[in-house]
Amino acid sequence: MPQHSPARSSGDFPPFQQRHLISIADLKQHEIVDLLDRAERMIEISRQERKSLPTLAGKTQINLFFEPSTRTQSSFEIAGKRLGALVVNMSVKTSSVSKGETLIDTAATLNAMRPDVLVVRHSAAGAVELLSQKVGCSVVNAGDGAHEHPTQALLDALTIRNHKGTLAGLTVAICGDIANSRVARSNLLLLGALNVRTRVIAPRTLLPAGIEHLATEVFTDMAEGLKDVDVVMMLRLQHERANGKMIPSVREYYRFYGLDEEKLGHAKPDAIVMHPGPMNRGVEIDPAIADSDRSVITDQVEMGVAVRMAVLDALLPPRNDP
Amino acid sequence: MNRPLIVDNAHIVDPASGTDQLGAVLVEDGRISDLAIGGPAGVPDGAEVIDAQGLVLAPGLIDMRVFVGEPGKEYRETLASAGAAAVAGGVTSFIMMPDTTPTVDDGALVDFLIRRAEAQSPARILPAAAITKGLAGKEITEFGLLKDAGAVCLTDGAQSIQSSALLRSAMGYAANFDMPFVHHVADAGLIGDGVMNEGLFATVLGLKGIPREAETIPLARDLQLAGLTGARYHAAQISTAGSVTLVETAKSRNPRVTAGLSINNLCLNENDIGRYRTYFKLNPPLRGEDDRQAMIEGLRSGAIDAIHSDHDPQDSEVKRQPFAEASHGAIGLETMLAAALRLVHSGDLPLMTILRAMTSRPADILGLDSGRIVRRAPADLILVDPDYPWQVTEKSFRSRSRNTSFEGARMQGKVMRTIIGGRTVFQHEDEA
Repeated sequence: MPQHSPARSSGDFPPFQQRHLISIADLKQHEIVDLLDRAERMIEISRQERKSLPTLAGKTQINLFFEPSTRTQSSFEIAGKRLGALVVNMSVKTSSVSKGETLIDTAATLNAMRPDVLVVRHSAAGAVELLSQKVGCSVVNAGDGAHEHPTQALLDALTIRNHKGTLAGLTVAICGDIANSRVARSNLLLLGALNVRTRVIAPRTLLPAGIEHLATEVFTDMAEGLKDVDVVMMLRLQHERANGKMIPSVREYYRFYGLDEEKLGHAKPDAIVMHPGPMNRGVEIDPAIADSDRSVITDQVEMGVAVRMAVLDALLPPRNDP
Repeated sequence: MNRPLIVDNAHIVDPASGTDQLGAVLVEDGRISDLAIGGPAGVPDGAEVIDAQGLVLAPGLIDMRVFVGEPGKEYRETLASAGAAAVAGGVTSFIMMPDTTPTVDDGALVDFLIRRAEAQSPARILPAAAITKGLAGKEITEFGLLKDAGAVCLTDGAQSIQSSALLRSAMGYAANFDMPFVHHVADAGLIGDGVMNEGLFATVLGLKGIPREAETIPLARDLQLAGLTGARYHAAQISTAGSVTLVETAKSRNPRVTAGLSINNLCLNENDIGRYRTYFKLNPPLRGEDDRQAMIEGLRSGAIDAIHSDHDPQDSEVKRQPFAEASHGAIGLETMLAAALRLVHSGDLPLMTILRAMTSRPADILGLDSGRIVRRAPADLILVDPDYPWQVTEKSFRSRSRNTSFEGARMQGKVMRTIIGGRTVFQHEDEA
């Protein structure tokens, strides 16, 4: 693995200007690089035997998940705990929402508990933004509908940077259900902000309108789209898409859009394979590819914790109380 | 019998007659009895005189698309509050959509609404009757009995009938009674889960898009069925450049075809949604700027006949939601004219064109004798200061709901006085 930039202490970074992390679109290029650099330091912390920093000591982090996601929630939970925060997980799906409580009501209730940061996942695009307007603390978007998943894009960028040494000059292909993917949107915005060439590859039915303005190139054929790329980023296909409306069957999807040895052969020989997880093996990716040396999927999980530590660290700087 | 009323020294702008000059209007027994164009009028003994001081005197506005909460959702809007909002915005008559609880699909309810509106609303409220029972798109209602009860037109309001066969039958039956057939065109299948205009902006926001074809495809069908059945067909509200072209083509063959446009689609575009601002979640959705420009051109060319407010009061409970989950609709009675005047001030459209689409054309479509300043017409008039500066604020609304898509907007132009049947029903505090 290439050398990282020298580790720095938290205090070496200039103050982060954002109060929330809702969208990659809100971040300036230097802020993205700042977060990636902070995450480098967090990787080192996480690999130590004593995996903790006192950055968030005395602070409360509430993970508010309106839809289930064990992986992301756990990642945020570990990140918060490694920084010393009191972390509370709240699953809202089966409680207040089913009683007719609105998102605004929930926000008001949580606000009264005086958390320092809310980590929110919601099935509706814009829900996290709406909630952020109603609370007094920082809010991190852990995925809102088909809108954005900013920490996923940051961890993907960190993974690529660590494997390739740099992001400059790379070509990244994002493949699969682009239309319904918050991961794709955040990645296109982030990689675009860092001047990385991006391609999207999907059947027409899974390409959203105007996507050509977000990606440098648009392909409907995997062989053409993967030609000479450095990174192949696969997306999860939701089973409800494979009901004969968007695509005829999983079998056909795998034949034309599933990543297998033959299709990956069009990419550069040292191309890496990524997936935000959880994977549908045999649907969007061949199990052999998923488990091969070219797969960096477990690295992405490790980078996820580091990136989330970096984001919490940046949003909640230690205060020098008198 | 009321005293005669003279509105003197007014800048009369009447699209029906093409009048655009100083003059006076004499009102007796609630109707316009005489006009003095080009100069002051002689004042009959005992007449009340209003010196307009050069303000624009126009016919009262006729709004073809207003949703009222009463009956069923009076906390959103009542006949009284909608009427108060209307006259403050210069609307002297409006068509009340049948989307109430219960649905206006029965003659008895039409009769009830007319009586209640007369008792409670300062504006004239003209009920529309549902085309299908319960707005369900399955069985047609009793068009003849509904007309006898006083319904001025047939419409399923915000609902769009999907079955071509049912539409053919309904249009054909409506033609028996020569009732205006007002239809909201929307292909439910193409809309799917869509919540805003399909395009790059929806993609960036991660929201499901509604393609323009969800409007143009059913519109093309409707226009063909209108030709087939001989119905007096009015496309309730169009929003795309393609729809303007379709209506233009249809009009060249069938003079009984007309089309309307929401003030929102005339003045706003999809970018106004910004970061999930639900007051801009509308039906049809706000489209691209090219479409908005096509709307302006459609008004100029006459392809689009009517501008309406699409006044749709919604409470904060259903609006303060994530965008995809929030209800459609914005109030508009009190801001329609001022918003439309923006296009006059910007030089996009003449005042006469704007007023025509809010007065004489709706009257023509609905077969009303109002909406014009001619002898024997109802004395439904507004005095407008076209340059009056003001800012839209929630607290100033007479409507019970606050879901305006013009919150905070700076406007130029305001209704100073509204007269219905010769009687002043609204007067702005700054009118001299």
